[in-house]
Amino acid sequence: MELIEAIILAVLAASTPLLIAATGELVTERSGVLNLGVEGMMIVGAACGFAGAWLTGSIFIGALFGIVAGTLMSLVFALMALGLAVNQVATGLALTILGVGLSGLIGAGFVGERITPAAHLYIPGLTDIPLIGRVLFGEDAFVYFSLALVAGIWWFLYRTRPGLILRACGDNHVSAHALGYPVLRIRTFAVMFGGACAGLAGAYLPLAYTPFFIPGMTAGRGWIALALVVFSSWRPGRLVVGAYLFGAVTILQLHAQGWGVGIPSQLMSALPYLATVIVLVLLSRARTGGSTAPAALGTVFVPDR
Amino acid sequence: MRKSLLALAAGLLLAGSVSAASAADKLKVGFIYLGPVGDLGWTYQHELARQALVKELGDKIETTFLENVPEGPDAERSIEQLVRAGNKLIFTTSFGYMDPTLKVAKKYPNVHFEHATGYKRNPNMSTYSAKWYQGRYIQGLIAAKMSKSGVLGYIGSFPIPEVVSGINATILAAQTINPNIKVKIIWANTWFDPGKEADAAKALIDQGADVIMQHTDSPAAMQIASERGKLAFGQDSEMIKFGPKTQLTSILDTWGPYYIARVKAELDGTWKSEDSWGGLDSHMFAMAPYTNMPDDVKKIAEDAQAAITAGKLHPFKCPVVGQDGKPVECKGGANLDDGQILGMNFYVKGIDDKLPGK
Repeated sequence: MELIEAIILAVLAASTPLLIAATGELVTERSGVLNLGVEGMMIVGAACGFAGAWLTGSIFIGALFGIVAGTLMSLVFALMALGLAVNQVATGLALTILGVGLSGLIGAGFVGERITPAAHLYIPGLTDIPLIGRVLFGEDAFVYFSLALVAGIWWFLYRTRPGLILRACGDNHVSAHALGYPVLRIRTFAVMFGGACAGLAGAYLPLAYTPFFIPGMTAGRGWIALALVVFSSWRPGRLVVGAYLFGAVTILQLHAQGWGVGIPSQLMSALPYLATVIVLVLLSRARTGGSTAPAALGTVFVPDR
Repeated sequence: MRKSLLALAAGLLLAGSVSAASAADKLKVGFIYLGPVGDLGWTYQHELARQALVKELGDKIETTFLENVPEGPDAERSIEQLVRAGNKLIFTTSFGYMDPTLKVAKKYPNVHFEHATGYKRNPNMSTYSAKWYQGRYIQGLIAAKMSKSGVLGYIGSFPIPEVVSGINATILAAQTINPNIKVKIIWANTWFDPGKEADAAKALIDQGADVIMQHTDSPAAMQIASERGKLAFGQDSEMIKFGPKTQLTSILDTWGPYYIARVKAELDGTWKSEDSWGGLDSHMFAMAPYTNMPDDVKKIAEDAQAAITAGKLHPFKCPVVGQDGKPVECKGGANLDDGQILGMNFYVKGIDDKLPGK
C-alpha cells in the first residue's frame, strides 16, 4: 500500500511541470501561434526561479521570478514572430538555443548552492489517511495550482467570450481581423501567457523537484510539453490525462526495472514516447475527417491596415 | 563602407597575430569540454585539473578551453579551432571526441593530442582513463556494511562496460561482507537528467534500498537519499554539500597530476603517444573522505584502499563467477586482465537481473 502511495506521489511530481508548461503552450497554439521555444523559456525560468528563491529565501518569490523570466523570453519571441512576422518555427528554435545559453550565464553563480524545497501541505488528520491522504492533502502548492490552472483555462476557452475570440484568432485570423478583433495583440497576450507558464514550470524543477540549479536541468521536458499539446488535440481535459499518463509510464518503468521485470531498459525508457504515439494514432483514427489543430496554427499574419 | 570594414578586419587580424607572437615563448595548451564548467561533475573535475595545471606551470604555459562542445562533427571543428589558435597540446575530455580527435590528429602531425577514456591512438595522440572500478569495490564494502535492509540501489546511465564493471566490482565487494546482499539496478538511459535521476532514486528507496549508488552525473540522487534519511555515494566530484549526513564517500576524478605530468613532458620534449589507464596508485582518481560511518567501517574502507593501491588486492580476483554459475576465463593469471574489464558485458553471480541487451 505504501508503495502504491509512493508511486502516485512520484507520478504527480513528475507530471506537474509538464502539465503547467503544456497548458501555457496550449493557449498560445489555440491563438494560432506555434512557439517551439518552450524548452528555452523553461530553462531560463529554472535559473531565475532558483536565483529568486536563493536570494530571498522565499519559494513564492522564486516562482514569481520564474514567471517573469518566462514572460520576458516569450516577449522576445512575440517581437520577432508577431511584430516582425518572422517564421515561427525558426524563431522558436532560436529561442530555445538562446534560453539554454542565457540560463547557464544567469545560473553560473548559483551552481552548487541548495535551497529548502517548496513545503508540502499538511492538514492534521486528513494528510494522515492511508493511501489517499498524502496524495490529496499532502502535495506542494505547484501541484494544486497546476490543476486549478487547467480547470481555469478550460473555463476560459469554452465558457467565456474572450476565450471564444482567442480561439477564433487561431482558427481564422483573417475573419477575426475583419470582425475588428486585434489579432496580433490577442496573440501577444497568448504568447506571454505561454511564456509565464513555461517559466513557472521551469522554476518548479529547482524549487520543488530537485532543489538545486544545474545548467540543462530541464533535460528536454519543454519538448515533451509541446508533444503533449498535440497529444491532447488542443483540449485541456485531455492534456491532464496525457501529462499524468506520461508521468505514470515514466515512473512505472523505473519501478519495473527495480523489480527486475526483464524487459530491456532501453525499451522501457522509450515507453512513455511509444505510449504517446499510440494514443495519437488511436485518437486520429477515432475521428472522422480533418485535424483538430487550430486552422491558422503557425501561419504568419500581417494585418492590412 | 565595405572597404573600411575590410581594413578594420585586417587590422584586427594583424593585432591578433602580433599578440600571438608575443606569447609564442609560452606553450599553448587547449581543452575541449563536454558540459559547462559548472556542471558539478565530469566537466567540472577537468576544469579543476586545468586550474591546478595553471597554478603549477602558469609561467610557462597558456591555456584555453572550449565548453559545451557536443560530441560529433562539431567537435572536429572545435578541435581544429584550437589547433589554428596555436595550441600544441590539446586535451579532448570525453569518449565521444575519439574519432574527431583522431581525424584532426592525422591532419596535424606536429600537434599532440590527449583523449580521455577512448581506445584509438596515433603517434601524436595518447589516451588516458581511470580504473574507477577500484573505487566501486571500496564503495561495495562500505555499502554492504552500512545497509540494514540488505538491498542496495544502483542507478546506471547506459549499460556499457565501464558501468557494468562498476556494478560487478560493487557486488563482488559487498558479497565478501554479506553473501546474500541484493542489488536493484535502474538504468536511467541518460548521463544527466536531474529529474529522472531523482525519480530513479525515489523508486529504489520505495522498493527497499537503503544505500544508493549512482553512475549518472547530477547530485539529484544524493539529495533524495538525504531527504529520505538514507545513505548514498557521490559521483565524479564531491557532493557532500547535497547530503552532509548522507554521503559515505565519492569517487573523485583527479586529472590534475596527469595533466601536469603530460604538459611537463611536452615542455621537456619527451612527450610520446601512450595509453594511461591509472588507478588509485597513479592518482588518476581519489576517494572523498569516508564520512557518516562508524570507525570500523571506515577502517575496512581504508584498508581496502591501501591494499588496492599497493597492488595486493584486485577487485576482479579469480575466480569471477558469472550469472550462469560458471567461472569466467581468467586471462590475467590471478585476476581478469585489462581487456576483459574494459569490455565487460556480463553480470556476476548474485545479481538477480538481466543485463540489458543480453
